[in-house]
Amino acid sequence: MSAFRRHLTSRVMTALVVVLSFTAVLALLLILGNLIAKGASSVDWAFFTQSPVPAGQSGGGVANAIVGTAVIVGLAALIGVPIGVGAGMYLAEYGGGRLGFLVRFIADVLNGTPSIVVGIVGWTFIVKPTSHFSALAGSVALAILMIPMLARTTEEMVRLVPNSLREAALALGYARWRTALKIVARTAMGGIVTGCLVGIARIAGETAPLLFTALGNLNFTLNVNQPMQTLSLQIYVYATGPFDEWHRLAWASALVLMGLVLVISLAARWVTRQRYGSIR
Amino acid sequence: MTSLLGRDRSDRVYRRVLTGFALILPSLILIILGVLFFNALPALERFGPSFLWTSTWDPVAEVYGAAPMIFGTLASSMLALLIAVPLALSVAIFLTEFSPRWLRQPVAFLVELLAAIPSVVYGMWGIFVLIPFLRSYVVPPLKALFGWTPFLQGVFYGNSLLAGGVILAIMVVPYIAAVSREVLLAVPASQREAALAMGATRWEAVRSAVLPYGRAGLIGAIILGLGRALGETMAVTMVIGNRHDISLSLLQPAYTMAAAIANEFSEATTATYQSALMEVGLLLFVLTVTVNAIARILIWRVARGAAVGSKAL
Repeated sequence: MSAFRRHLTSRVMTALVVVLSFTAVLALLLILGNLIAKGASSVDWAFFTQSPVPAGQSGGGVANAIVGTAVIVGLAALIGVPIGVGAGMYLAEYGGGRLGFLVRFIADVLNGTPSIVVGIVGWTFIVKPTSHFSALAGSVALAILMIPMLARTTEEMVRLVPNSLREAALALGYARWRTALKIVARTAMGGIVTGCLVGIARIAGETAPLLFTALGNLNFTLNVNQPMQTLSLQIYVYATGPFDEWHRLAWASALVLMGLVLVISLAARWVTRQRYGSIR
Repeated sequence: MTSLLGRDRSDRVYRRVLTGFALILPSLILIILGVLFFNALPALERFGPSFLWTSTWDPVAEVYGAAPMIFGTLASSMLALLIAVPLALSVAIFLTEFSPRWLRQPVAFLVELLAAIPSVVYGMWGIFVLIPFLRSYVVPPLKALFGWTPFLQGVFYGNSLLAGGVILAIMVVPYIAAVSREVLLAVPASQREAALAMGATRWEAVRSAVLPYGRAGLIGAIILGLGRALGETMAVTMVIGNRHDISLSLLQPAYTMAAAIANEFSEATTATYQSALMEVGLLLFVLTVTVNAIARILIWRVARGAAVGSKAL
């Protein structure tokens, strides 16, 4: 092949790679743009403070869904964070052996489990025995989704802590557990918090595992033993429904949900920067 | 001495507590498997292996066969990969090989954001933006060019295998891109330099040195994307049409396993119906776990032990 043709191929392929990369980025910009264009006009005070009105009427808001999202996700984090972070500490501190390998592998595999399947687990253990849908069952399902991810990010963050710190603490006569909790975990705290925030951002948008656990609720409730609405469930019902008014609220809800997820993700990045500005 | 012994004991307690947390993960996978298996047992006993290849899904007659959903799941995921793989690999190659330094962070961040968009938002965007776009600008030229093939028969109403595949493609791009990027970053600089020193052009260095070195990891990244696509629920449910039917045409409605569970679970009133859906869930779980395990083994061979792709999650 002549040198000219080889350089031409190189140029063409480079251009192709650049064009395809920007197509992928374009998709994101399109989606965000549509969300703002179609949702922003409907986000007003009533949207945040009122509960939905009966189908066919106009007006109303999604206050119940916003509060429900906070309750269900908060409860899921309460269950999932200690387990996930604990498992991650294990992987970082004692994870060299066969069990560590197994746990790491299973965490990675579970990370890709379809969330709808996890919803079935929440249904089987909580909805079926009590024979009513409940927010608690939804939280349990979301917590299960969170755990493997948290374990892996915590492990990664704890491993970034330099060994010299551990050795210094041990040399001063600290026990291993004190070294781990007072020195290592504290040093890695920024990273662990980031992991938790990213995990929360991910489950905040989950819908599938809530379909037959939290179910959705048209009214405002704080009772976790009752069905509860979330923004994601609201979007699903409104977007697939027949009314224009619903579609309008669906776009607005999606904008709010996306904003929530974005704020949490950006907060996560900010926390990491504070601690790891030089490392990452 | 006593203090040393006491310390020893507290260390052991600490280790045991952490081990307890770690053991929850293997138990989780067993619990999920157990729950699905025992719930699916009635259907497993009643329909046997023919559940996999029969297509009748009749809640009234209590006869169930999952072939259409299995077909739809595989077909939509394959279509998604066909579209997503060139895009995602381009992003990874661009970010590691061609991009100016200042552009790397912003592009990587934007692609990561794609992974942060909730599935249900993708589904809604699919209904209101993507489907009208496909109807006006994509399907007519496709039909004009390839209308004679069996893949583009029938009228395009919107909810279809095509819409499901395209939305899935957009959704798995960030996963494949993030993992591929980390795999390519793990390729030693000496590989590139050697190729360039031999007189290779930039593209030849990528094609003949970088990509072959990371091949196992890249295949792993693609299979990981496949795992995501197979189990994705909400977005697909909202645009694929949800019809128990096997059609080769991309323009016709289809069904996926995850969509069937999402749609029908709460209305499954009889024990057999519920059990049949549980068997669908069991199949889906086993399928995705197998696919993910294969992907992880391939990725680990290249980037050993690192939580590759965790940043995209």
